Amino acid sequence: MRSPLDRRTFVVGAALVSVLPFASAHATPEAMAAAIKEVVGEGMLREGRVKLDLPPLVENGNVVPLTVSVESPMTAADHVKAIHVFNEKNPQPHVFSARLGSRNGKAVIGTRIKLADSQKIIAIAETSSGAFWSASADVIVTLAACIEDVT
Amino acid sequence: MTNILVNAPKTARPGEIVEIKALIMHPMETGFRPGTNGRIIPRDIIEHFVATWNGTEIFRMEMSPAIATNPFVSFFAVATESGTIGLRWTGDKGFLAEEQVAITVG
Repeated sequence: MRSPLDRRTFVVGAALVSVLPFASAHATPEAMAAAIKEVVGEGMLREGRVKLDLPPLVENGNVVPLTVSVESPMTAADHVKAIHVFNEKNPQPHVFSARLGSRNGKAVIGTRIKLADSQKIIAIAETSSGAFWSASADVIVTLAACIEDVT
Repeated sequence: MTNILVNAPKTARPGEIVEIKALIMHPMETGFRPGTNGRIIPRDIIEHFVATWNGTEIFRMEMSPAIATNPFVSFFAVATESGTIGLRWTGDKGFLAEEQVAITVG
């Protein structure tokens, strides 16, 4: 005969087991912060100089156009070395890292990304002098990406 | 066969900043989605995109599964000399695709 406490423990345990896989299958703001830390290290991350363009309301999370532009003279002495983009709620926090230099002339890149949920996106620019600049944007997604196979 | 679409100017003045746009057909399967049989579809993505100008690397991008299906990338380059712009995509399952476009500077 089971005691009521055992049953309660079992129910709580079963609830945790069913919830945990979902909790770990998504990046969290903490995971994003950890991924950013890996890029920035001990450097200081400041807001500004970066412009992150993406629609505030997204109907289809499978294809979200995104443009990152950074104010920089892009000369050999002073240029943007890398642009990184991170998200909060996709399965992984990293979106892409682009490496560029004075040969690019302009620190502007565009691509299309997937978003699993309404969330915050952050773009970080790393300059040749070792400074980090950032911009973030909040996006509302009505149809999420990567839920199931549609084929 | 891989379908690649590249949009870059055919001619440019020396020192002009030109935009290069590249689109490639690829499923960019995230590795997080279950298929119709309930099993996770294995990851199949493009991990690296590299652009060269007459063999010199000018731009590189490391992609995560969060890049949309049929990856599109646009970036800028200073037109230094006539030659070829080389684009190269590599990824999972030994994926490799290359494309070259000619540009005349002068």
